[in-house]
Amino acid sequence: MTPLKIELKTSPHLKQAGSVEQIMRHVTYALLPICAFSVYHFGISALALMITATVTCVLTEHLFAKLSGKRTSVSDFSAVITGLLLALTLPPSFPLWMAALSGFIGISLAKVMFGGMGYNLFNPALVGRAFAQAAFPVSVSTWTVPGHPDRFTEFLPSTLAMPFTTPAPVDAWTAATPLAQWKFDGIHADAWSLFTGMTPGSVGETSAILILLCGLYLIARGMMNWRIPAAVLGSAFVTASVFYWMDPAFYPTPWFVLLSGGLMLGAMFMASDMVASPITRSGIWIYGILIGFLAVIIRFFGGLPEGIMYAILLGNAVAPLIERITQPRPYGSRKRRDAA
Amino acid sequence: MGILSFLTGLTFPRGVHPPGLKEDTRGKPIRRLPFAPRMVIPLQQHFGRPSRPLVLKHQEVLRGQPIAEADGFESVTLHAPVTGVVEGIELMPTARGPKTESILIRTAPGDSQAIHWSRPRDLERLNRPQLIQAIQEIGLVGQGGAAFPTHMKLSVPDGFDIDTLVINGCECEPYLSADHRIMLEQTDAVIVGIRIAMKAVGATRAVIGVEDDKPDAIEALQARLDKEGPISVGKVRSKYPQGSEKMLIKALLKREVPSGHFPYHIGVVVNNVGTMAQLGTLLPRGEGLVERVVTVAGPGITRPGNYRVPIGTPLRYLLQHVGFTGSDASHIILGGPMMGNTVSSLDVPVTKGVSGVVVLPDPEAEDTRMQPCIRCGRCVEACPVGLNPSDLGKLAAVRQYEVMEERYHLNDCFECGCCSYVCPSNIPLVQYFRIAKSLNRERLK
Repeated sequence: MTPLKIELKTSPHLKQAGSVEQIMRHVTYALLPICAFSVYHFGISALALMITATVTCVLTEHLFAKLSGKRTSVSDFSAVITGLLLALTLPPSFPLWMAALSGFIGISLAKVMFGGMGYNLFNPALVGRAFAQAAFPVSVSTWTVPGHPDRFTEFLPSTLAMPFTTPAPVDAWTAATPLAQWKFDGIHADAWSLFTGMTPGSVGETSAILILLCGLYLIARGMMNWRIPAAVLGSAFVTASVFYWMDPAFYPTPWFVLLSGGLMLGAMFMASDMVASPITRSGIWIYGILIGFLAVIIRFFGGLPEGIMYAILLGNAVAPLIERITQPRPYGSRKRRDAA
Repeated sequence: MGILSFLTGLTFPRGVHPPGLKEDTRGKPIRRLPFAPRMVIPLQQHFGRPSRPLVLKHQEVLRGQPIAEADGFESVTLHAPVTGVVEGIELMPTARGPKTESILIRTAPGDSQAIHWSRPRDLERLNRPQLIQAIQEIGLVGQGGAAFPTHMKLSVPDGFDIDTLVINGCECEPYLSADHRIMLEQTDAVIVGIRIAMKAVGATRAVIGVEDDKPDAIEALQARLDKEGPISVGKVRSKYPQGSEKMLIKALLKREVPSGHFPYHIGVVVNNVGTMAQLGTLLPRGEGLVERVVTVAGPGITRPGNYRVPIGTPLRYLLQHVGFTGSDASHIILGGPMMGNTVSSLDVPVTKGVSGVVVLPDPEAEDTRMQPCIRCGRCVEACPVGLNPSDLGKLAAVRQYEVMEERYHLNDCFECGCCSYVCPSNIPLVQYFRIAKSLNRERLK
């Protein structure tokens, strides 16, 4: 026998295929069809918005890794996801400088300050979006006509606004979202256009069917917990059904609630953020049901037409508490473990 | 998954599905390994106290002759695996880590496979204590890997009634197929062993749990069993760690062993099919345990298969025989790859508890860089005990070992490794838990 090098290692000696980087890469892949549709839908402004947000998020992550003398963590794709998700939740005409600032705030405030990947309490993309909502209320609620003939050749007037200026809406390009039309004018969009996505709205939220398919891809690959979107959407549907049953003339149909606005995108790609959601099985159901319920309540009774963002952020906030009361029951013991 | 379990066989909640990797060995009959020129028989190769040697240097011994006696109840007899001359009793490397006193025997050239020493007994006339003693004297220990003395396992403390004997024929570890071959080739011996064990514990029925990836074994057993008889076969789902004692009880009987207790507290005793085959073969003849079936497999093994290996055969000899070239860096695992330990030297012998020798290529070739926990929850979905490995891992990283034990049920972890197996962040969870447990034990001393 030739000289032998023996490795010592403790069990298990086998490892299931899969890594953090692989999961994040697949989430990115799953977002790409949605991104492509939004470019088709809204043109080069949407593309510029996605590139700006993604580049800012990646650079912010890299910058803070360098500042703290750590190995850069941009290769794990999680900052790319944050950037893409942030862009997908913004209006197509959102000024790029505002998107960059929101991305910076999302990564730095919600992720880096909490300790980087795996430690963020809130979804960084949504924190960035919440910042945009608070700081730029006009730009964040100015919507664009989809499928404008000049969309591939011209930027929307507000996209290239100078930093630290707020552009005024240009009427030729603006339109109201189905949610806003319902909320402020009492107009109900038909379910089919919501399903396919041929409506005004945030960059990536309009096509329910596309988001659904992309989410199903991740679920099929075992990279997303199906229980979260199922719980969010199911709970939103049930809550909306109750209101619709009480006053069908005023409240929209549950299908409208399910397919309009950011509910589908939020349920599939943001509520399901592994880091900021509970880890236990029953905890996941509670978390999802809570988000779906809150989203509908905020939509129906709040000042804004959409509520999914705050619903998810509230869900993130209580996730640790939910997890604490839903620990699994260990084998051979009657009660659940008394968690810290 | 929970709903489907009703359709696809009995099982316990959660767990993982590692690849079987048994194709290279499970179809091949068990073959005999020749005697190595020198055998190393550690005095402690079982759970409990080391055996006391009965032989002296230069003494001639016969294959099957007792060479060490049990030192009290928590110990077993050892028998010479070959006819030959005792070279001495020396400290030798073993799989347990520290060097252990071992009897070295130089094999007599031209020795036959015959057993030259036996003490047959009329099993019908033995009462339970006599039966237990007879089992101790054949040197039987659990063949599944833990090497817990079988007579101890079959001695039920006063005040406990055993209703069911559970026989573990799951073999849920990847690569291993020794139990599978034993169920096929030694079916009668397995059943005889089960009858003896049922008598020893006073059980009225026995259930053999076999995973559904071994339909031929299930068929072979059922063909020899009376449908209405006390022994039945329970088809369980192929899932790791189905073969763990507590998980198998849950799968077959829907009972849970209370935390910190033993199966006999709920009227159950669990034994491995390999142990039953040895019991059924050896006890009626009154022979000692001198060999066992070992699966030798893994990339780099030219002739993988199941071998009947004399106890005390050094790994070097075994691996040479199966065509292991040893040119690459490897890790050599005793047992299966999920729970087995690597050895540091090829001088380590095959002992009574070694169910497999698996040689895997250089682990450094894989990317094993640790990443932060992304709370994907795969470990929580995998842990068969229902612990929260994610939280436990975070506590271990900040050395909160006492909190882990007091509030997070650390001591219920039986180190199956499912959490580490699934973790996409490469966090060495079960390794953390082993360290935490051993430091907690140290603290109590």
